Amino acid sequence: MDIHEYQAKELLAGFGVRVPKGGVAYSADQAAYRAAEIGGSRWVVKAQIHSGARGKAGGVRLCTSVVDVRQAAKELLGKTLVTTQTGPDGLPVHRLLIEEALPIARELYLGLVLDRGRERIVVVAHPHGGMEIEEIAQREPEAILREVVEPAVGMQAFQARELAFGLGLASSQVSQTVAVILGAYRAFRELDATMVEINPLVVTADAQVLALDVKMSFDDNAMFRRPNVAELRDHAQEDPREAEAAEHGLNYVALDGDIGCIINGAGLAMATMDMIQHAGGEPADFLDIGGGASPDRVAAAFRLVLSDQKVRAILVNVFAGINRCDWVAQGVVQAVREVRVPVPLVVRLAGTNVLEGRRILEESGLPIITADTLAEAAERVVAARRSSPPDPLSVPERGNVESSPPSPGGRGGQGVRTSNANAPETA
Amino acid sequence: MSILLDEQTAVIVQGFTGDKGTFHAKQMIAYGTNVVGGVTPGKGGTRHLERPVFNTVKEAVAATGAVASLVLVPAPYCTDAVMEAADACIRLVVTITDGVPAQDMMRVKRYLWRYAKERRTRLIGPNCAGVISPGKAMLGIMPGHIYMRGTVGLVTRSGTLGYEAAAQMQALGVGISTSVGIGGDPINGSSFVDILALFQEDPETDAVMMIGEIGGPQEADAARFVKEHMTKPVIGYVAGLTAPKGRRMGHAGAIISAFGDTAAEKAEIMRSAGLVVAPSPAELGSTVAQALARRPPRQVLVAR
Repeated sequence: MDIHEYQAKELLAGFGVRVPKGGVAYSADQAAYRAAEIGGSRWVVKAQIHSGARGKAGGVRLCTSVVDVRQAAKELLGKTLVTTQTGPDGLPVHRLLIEEALPIARELYLGLVLDRGRERIVVVAHPHGGMEIEEIAQREPEAILREVVEPAVGMQAFQARELAFGLGLASSQVSQTVAVILGAYRAFRELDATMVEINPLVVTADAQVLALDVKMSFDDNAMFRRPNVAELRDHAQEDPREAEAAEHGLNYVALDGDIGCIINGAGLAMATMDMIQHAGGEPADFLDIGGGASPDRVAAAFRLVLSDQKVRAILVNVFAGINRCDWVAQGVVQAVREVRVPVPLVVRLAGTNVLEGRRILEESGLPIITADTLAEAAERVVAARRSSPPDPLSVPERGNVESSPPSPGGRGGQGVRTSNANAPETA
Repeated sequence: MSILLDEQTAVIVQGFTGDKGTFHAKQMIAYGTNVVGGVTPGKGGTRHLERPVFNTVKEAVAATGAVASLVLVPAPYCTDAVMEAADACIRLVVTITDGVPAQDMMRVKRYLWRYAKERRTRLIGPNCAGVISPGKAMLGIMPGHIYMRGTVGLVTRSGTLGYEAAAQMQALGVGISTSVGIGGDPINGSSFVDILALFQEDPETDAVMMIGEIGGPQEADAARFVKEHMTKPVIGYVAGLTAPKGRRMGHAGAIISAFGDTAAEKAEIMRSAGLVVAPSPAELGSTVAQALARRPPRQVLVAR
């Protein structure tokens, strides 16, 4: 889970990390009020979205009067900001951080991550901050400093001192920097973060050490015991379908293709997407319905997949382990009757009671295309998608589906395979 | 004995009397696993599924001689249960639980290292389907009937994709010595390398299939291990070729966030380390069958 910069700064300040004077604003008036409250003559207005690289996208404005602050806030609020990290759709700006602008002498990099290879918290520092860490690492890899934290005892002060001296800081700044590093570590540890990035960590012209920009991510699995962090979730920064999926206990990620996927298990879901591409199609989503594929969950999954206007065919692939296929088949039949599925539907069941499951699908009288194997399922859904008219059942709510006939090669340039000679006849 | 368990291995279930514990303990017993009892704090002294229930793992071990445990307790209490098992000298702990905080895993792994190597606990999971040695015993939640007994070791992150591989292999008459799910979390109790090392030493295993997915350095580490330490053929697959960068695909650990995290990069690392990589997830079984066909026939068959 990600949070906004202003929230991360408030959390870190609680652990003794110094941050610039500032406050959040939801409106232009509030922004102007904040600037007056902070005082001084130079302010920064920063768009709050869950993305870095906001400066280059015009999301950070330097202002020299309260009138400027109000104007910048007016321009930014309600805008959709597209950065190199957001994807083409961008993210909406509903909140701003208004901060004092500081004269900066030096920019440093400080990051804490949960290192999967080492299975430890690792603190990374670099004498040159302000750029993406990937870029820093590429330019001057030899200057990267690392401290690995021993989980039995936690981070020690000497490790923070080694980093601070390693950054080439003057003695007067070392103790301030040690406080920042240890504070950030305690926040990481006590709030179940997976990443804390202070970039840049700055030394001001008057030799103060402050966190100028902060990014924090948290472990979703630990949010049950961090209610004060969990409540910082901003749904406006998330895909609404993904948020809805989470409410039904489903795992959904929207993708660019047009073949909807409903699968049990994350690994099988990824493999099925791969298989669809292998067969010449493109998946519209990743959707893991989890172990217990109950009729309610299956119905919710259909609704979710169909809410994506691009979807032109659906593949259900369930490997019943604990479940039985007959039970899953009943769920699919019930869901299809309830939800009404206006695109071709291919269902592949495998595992416990598979024959009984297939019989239920076949005897349902519903236009369900069945498949026995993963390969068959992928080939049949790709073939069905090609033969699917752009607006199969003229359902009004799906009326704005593109009206041109489907091109034989599928969507986009990737995975285009025009020969479809060996695709089996659909059942 | 197979790499981790057989029909003699004395097993307890932690979280024995709950719905999940009851359901899966029944399945394991029906498969032939030697389930000797279970632990539910507060229910010690009672009986469940015709077996004794204990308050603590130490009591269960003292009374039954259990050496393995299946942990089916909710995520907030999972690593506590694992540490309790380790402290009671349980040698193999498998935990199915999904949703364990990553920092808890970091600490529990550190905790396991406090014991001398001779008595150290091996942890499998969390967020996995468990371990099965077909025809002998299972410690997990998988459907036992899809696994045919044989000589291929199977190690996967994903539960259901592991089932898919086992079913494809069964359809082609290819059997499995042991199947291990290491789980989809960023920090696993046992890694691919840990399990590959066991298969390399296992006289009942002729070849290994490992199925990874996007995210993390484990598949690359495993490929390096195969190149440097393994003589048995290893067949690989990495799920998630179509997964976008920076998005978590269901599993907590399945996210492309660094160089080398993508499925294509991992598959290439595997190939360059000498692994045969299945061309698609529909060819997991057939790629293994082909690799086995290229091997000379075994001189001495393991008695079954």
